Amino acid sequence: MGAQGHDAEDVGIAAGAAQAGDRPVAGPSRGPRLGPPLVEYLLRLGDDRLILGHRLSEWCGHGPILEEDIALANFALDLIGQAASLLRLAGAVEGAGRDEDALAYFRDGVQFRNSLLVEQPRGDFGDTIVRQFLFDAYSVLLWEALLGAPHEGLAAIAAKAIKEDRYHLRHSSEWVVRLGDGTAESQARVQGSLDRLWRYTGELFEADAIDQAVAAQGIAVDHRALKARWDQLVDEVLARATLVRPADGPMQRGGRTGRHTEHLGHLLATMQSVARAHPGARW
Amino acid sequence: MTPPIRQLPADDPAQVAAFEARIAAGESIEPKDWMPARYRSQLTRMMSQHAHSEIVGMLPEGNWITRAPSLRRKQSLIAKVQDEAGHGLYIYCGTETLGVDRFDLFNQLLDGTAKYSSIFNYPTLSWADMGVIGWLVDGAAIVNQTVLAKTSYGPYARAMVRICKEENFHKRQGYEICTVLANGTPAQRAMLQDAVDRFWWPSLMMFGPSDTNSPNSGELLRWKVKRKTNDELRQRFVNLTVPQAQALGITVPDPDLRFDPETKNWVFGEIDWSEFQQVIAGHGPCNRERLEARRTAHADGAWVRAAATAHAEKRARRTEAA
Amino acid sequence: MAESPGMPDSHWPLWEVFTQGTDGEPFEHAGSLHAADAEHALQNARDVYTRRGEAVHLWVVPSAAITASAPSDAGPFFDPGNDKAYRHPQFYKAPRGVRVF
Repeated sequence: MGAQGHDAEDVGIAAGAAQAGDRPVAGPSRGPRLGPPLVEYLLRLGDDRLILGHRLSEWCGHGPILEEDIALANFALDLIGQAASLLRLAGAVEGAGRDEDALAYFRDGVQFRNSLLVEQPRGDFGDTIVRQFLFDAYSVLLWEALLGAPHEGLAAIAAKAIKEDRYHLRHSSEWVVRLGDGTAESQARVQGSLDRLWRYTGELFEADAIDQAVAAQGIAVDHRALKARWDQLVDEVLARATLVRPADGPMQRGGRTGRHTEHLGHLLATMQSVARAHPGARW
Repeated sequence: MTPPIRQLPADDPAQVAAFEARIAAGESIEPKDWMPARYRSQLTRMMSQHAHSEIVGMLPEGNWITRAPSLRRKQSLIAKVQDEAGHGLYIYCGTETLGVDRFDLFNQLLDGTAKYSSIFNYPTLSWADMGVIGWLVDGAAIVNQTVLAKTSYGPYARAMVRICKEENFHKRQGYEICTVLANGTPAQRAMLQDAVDRFWWPSLMMFGPSDTNSPNSGELLRWKVKRKTNDELRQRFVNLTVPQAQALGITVPDPDLRFDPETKNWVFGEIDWSEFQQVIAGHGPCNRERLEARRTAHADGAWVRAAATAHAEKRARRTEAA
Repeated sequence: MAESPGMPDSHWPLWEVFTQGTDGEPFEHAGSLHAADAEHALQNARDVYTRRGEAVHLWVVPSAAITASAPSDAGPFFDPGNDKAYRHPQFYKAPRGVRVF
């Protein structure tokens, strides 16, 4: 047997090789395959909160002081609770028999729809608080917009979540102010966090075909108005914190269509490890 | 560390007699009441050890939060570990009423002079450990704490009442995990048995040395700080736990375990006290890692705590100036 | 309460937490905690002492602001209140068969 034949057999392409010449190698330019709009939309909401809740839960036992350890765990619990509701709803709308655990534990990274902001590593306490603040401000405003959504399940989730997130925002804002207007070291640190994370904020306010499709179903969020109110809220807190708002430079995007940073894969490898080692098992 | 008696100022015998009469009458001792120096130091030692145990105890379970296999399990595990932070906090605050600062107590933990429960120096190696820790370790803690809720020192007793109320769910969630694993796949059942094999003996050691070898017990019992001896509590725990193990269909790793129909006790084999001493002395499998994790968290948080203080001072100055 | 600014680690002051379980009920002492300032204390109290929905309102008070009676006060402060039977309704007799209230 020739060396070449052996190789082909090993990688399993021998059978297809004869036809390879018949297939065009050039394909249409297209983005990632997306599912039904409402399912996609609910996954975006749910995955944001699942991944952020997971990142917060990494602090459990490692906080800067006991009281704050407890506070961060509360936020993690709220967000994972929201995620469970949203993913359950996504699974129900999809109608393929997937529950929240199937969606959380048995999708690969490219199938996750969270924003890049929430998957960034927890970093130091300043990174965590700045990220939390940027997200909380967005999340509160988003829930406000979704309270009146004509989808009963989603509106109910919004009504519960907005209370939780308003408290998160109060807590994270106060910490941003404390750290910004604290010591020279703390100010330098959180300014650095803000500068590093800013590039992931643009994605939160982008509207695409999915948003347009759900808007046609009545779930309409005015992204431009949302951004304007977010700007105002963020500016107020940053001013109190004596922090400088970074310029809106080039923004990183892709999370909403499954094009993530490398951090998500590692997070999922950890998160899904037990569930995937025992497929079909109950816990 | 137990301070040698001779370092403490001698108490006035008349005051000691009045104090012991109050204890005998079942009165609760409050922070500003007169108490023997030795009562104060023993309580400080015992309460701070208890608080440290809650805080260090967050780590072995915290180790599995990011890998919990369902969202429901993830939530209950976070809530449980969070409760432990709360319980540490309650007990530290109770200890502060004795005139010590939490930050000083914390430093004693970090510099290795304070002790904490030996159980937390064992590693958590599989998901089943989350079930078994809830069942056995929290089960043992509850046996201990239920009695401590009647301790003579008011702030400690009140903290314990609150803690016992909150911890009810800890043991139940642990036993629920065990039940699901016991009724699960062969791999899950094996995982459960392995976790029980590892945690059974360390759980028995949680009650501390045998009564014949417990230097502090006599005094603590006389002052009603402790209400039951280590061995009494250990036996109560074994009696409660063995039927639960039977219900799970798992074996207890003790060939000498047998029921004594006369005493109605489950008689168990000899505890390996040399292992206990080793772990207490800092040579357990995870002593180094646990303290290192606490030190890192504390050191990494220093700039945060300093910032909050600086900000509060700035705010106070602004209010004054206004 | 303020610490020297050069201090590497900060001893946040101690606060006492009072919770009101349901509207209209008295506030009860729940415990204490450390916090840098009042807003911080309030938030920490919320996170530490109301995890199970124990409160609808919170008070936080700097522990240093509390003045407490001393154990030696117990006799002169409280014993005199124990023998004033005329402060209690049972001290007074009502005619048989008449509902006074």
